[in-house]
Amino acid sequence: MNIHGILAIYRFEMARTRRTLLQSIVAPVITTSLYFIVFGAAIGSRIQEVGGINYGAFIVPGLIMLNLLTHSISNASFGIYFPKFVGTIYEMLSAPISTIEVVLGYVGAAATKSIILGLIILLTAGFFIDLQIAHPVFMLLFIVLTAVSFSLLGFILGIWADNFEKLSVVPMLIITPLVFLGGSFYSTDMLPPFWQSVSLMNPVLYLVSGLRWSFYEIAEVDVWVSLLSIVAFMLICLGVVIAIFRTGYKLRS
Amino acid sequence: MSQPSTSILSVSGLNKTYAGGFQALKDINLEINKGEIIALLGPNGAGKTTLISTICGIVKQSSGTVTVAGYDILKDYRKTRSIVGLVPQELTTDSFESVFNTVSFSRGLFGKAPDPDHVEKVLRSLSLWDKKDNMIMTLSGGMKRRVLIAKALSHEPEVLFLDEPTAGVDVELRKDMWNIVRDLKAAGVTIILTTHYIEEAEEIADRIGVINNGELILVEEKNSLMQKLGKKQLILELLNPLSGIPDELASYQLELAGDGGQLIYTFDTQGERTGITSLLDALRAAGIGFHDLNTTQSSLEEIFVNLLQESEQGKS
Repeated sequence: MNIHGILAIYRFEMARTRRTLLQSIVAPVITTSLYFIVFGAAIGSRIQEVGGINYGAFIVPGLIMLNLLTHSISNASFGIYFPKFVGTIYEMLSAPISTIEVVLGYVGAAATKSIILGLIILLTAGFFIDLQIAHPVFMLLFIVLTAVSFSLLGFILGIWADNFEKLSVVPMLIITPLVFLGGSFYSTDMLPPFWQSVSLMNPVLYLVSGLRWSFYEIAEVDVWVSLLSIVAFMLICLGVVIAIFRTGYKLRS
Repeated sequence: MSQPSTSILSVSGLNKTYAGGFQALKDINLEINKGEIIALLGPNGAGKTTLISTICGIVKQSSGTVTVAGYDILKDYRKTRSIVGLVPQELTTDSFESVFNTVSFSRGLFGKAPDPDHVEKVLRSLSLWDKKDNMIMTLSGGMKRRVLIAKALSHEPEVLFLDEPTAGVDVELRKDMWNIVRDLKAAGVTIILTTHYIEEAEEIADRIGVINNGELILVEEKNSLMQKLGKKQLILELLNPLSGIPDELASYQLELAGDGGQLIYTFDTQGERTGITSLLDALRAAGIGFHDLNTTQSSLEEIFVNLLQESEQGKS
């Protein structure tokens, strides 16, 4: 195994984060703080408890999930798209490195950044609300699995995209609406029965629900269903990535 | 796996047809010896870069076999790629990264443990050490080209591909680059370079390969190629200009130039006799005097152009 190759990609990607600290870490933390101020303090104080949980605390798992999903995708997609865009991908393609090693480097770095970001948001939330985490191991498991799965999705997106617009389409037009409609800021119990059923088709609902259970032991769907969903999604993404490298799709002519 | 004593790279029956149906490489067969410099010449779109890219794993081959140091580039890609370095034609660099970091990154990518001493040695040899902390985007085009060479040398390759290394660089830098190539050869690196500049191939290559329309027209030792295909001419500066070639000299391959003041005799360097002595005797007998003479040999450029023309004529 080309361990040095994996580490080289990983370190290179992490160095990119250090160079873009404002964009990678500071901006999402400020945005999340604004969510807490607006939804938690200003509007949240007028909203009743949801499932016995203070509204400000209720939205914490949803906010973490929102950031995990969008940043995992954008970190990984940009990581592999940029070498394609500037042409430095030639080096990757001519190096003695396998598919899985390239994925470990890029996805590992993207997931690491997202996990760090998720934990920073969790800490930030601690300044606004009284945090309780009923199952910290499950919380970490959900955060890690989500970060890895959606970094894989981002990697696929980065390979598929041949312009910057395509790169931003999935996070902006698909992921963000799914997160907002996936019970991040409300319980599906608040919806009419028809929309409750529709919500069950939203995959993000299972992620938010699972993470919220790890905090407060309340969930929209069974926690094991949530866990199985994210594992299944991760395996599908991994399969697609392997197929991409085997066929050379959008990489080797 | 055993390997031939001198061959480091072997290409056999290599074909590449792109998805659109364009055949970029047609049955390429090529043996490259350890430690030599081979220049691949050819016009734009001839297939030079496709050939290099296929050997390096960037482009998928349609059929054929390529081995590096006896290892197949598909089955044993880790072994072959770890001993091959590539300097691409385009100046593709990580603009925001420092010179030292980008070279260290390349070394790691090719499976080598970090070795700051080796990176320093490479950077010093390419006069880049004082730029090691500079962001690549701040460097000139020539310096960026050197960075690409440093990246390709970071993992200590035995075979180095240089895809048009001096394209778009000034004369001074081009000569610097030639010196770098010579130093690499002296260090035992086998070098395969593509170029548009005939002068470049003439200056530094041991062997010349000519590619046209995806076909390798020939591969030949540079000196023997020039000797074999190069025409030699004897130019006589006449005392009195001639209005035409006299009948008694019609059996010689002669032509007049310079308003009849120059008589040019073209002869075959490979022939048993050049015919110069008998020509001079015939001139004396015809009463044609001359005050100066010199000989010229056709340049590699002329040979190259002739080869391409012959290749095109052969097809039509």
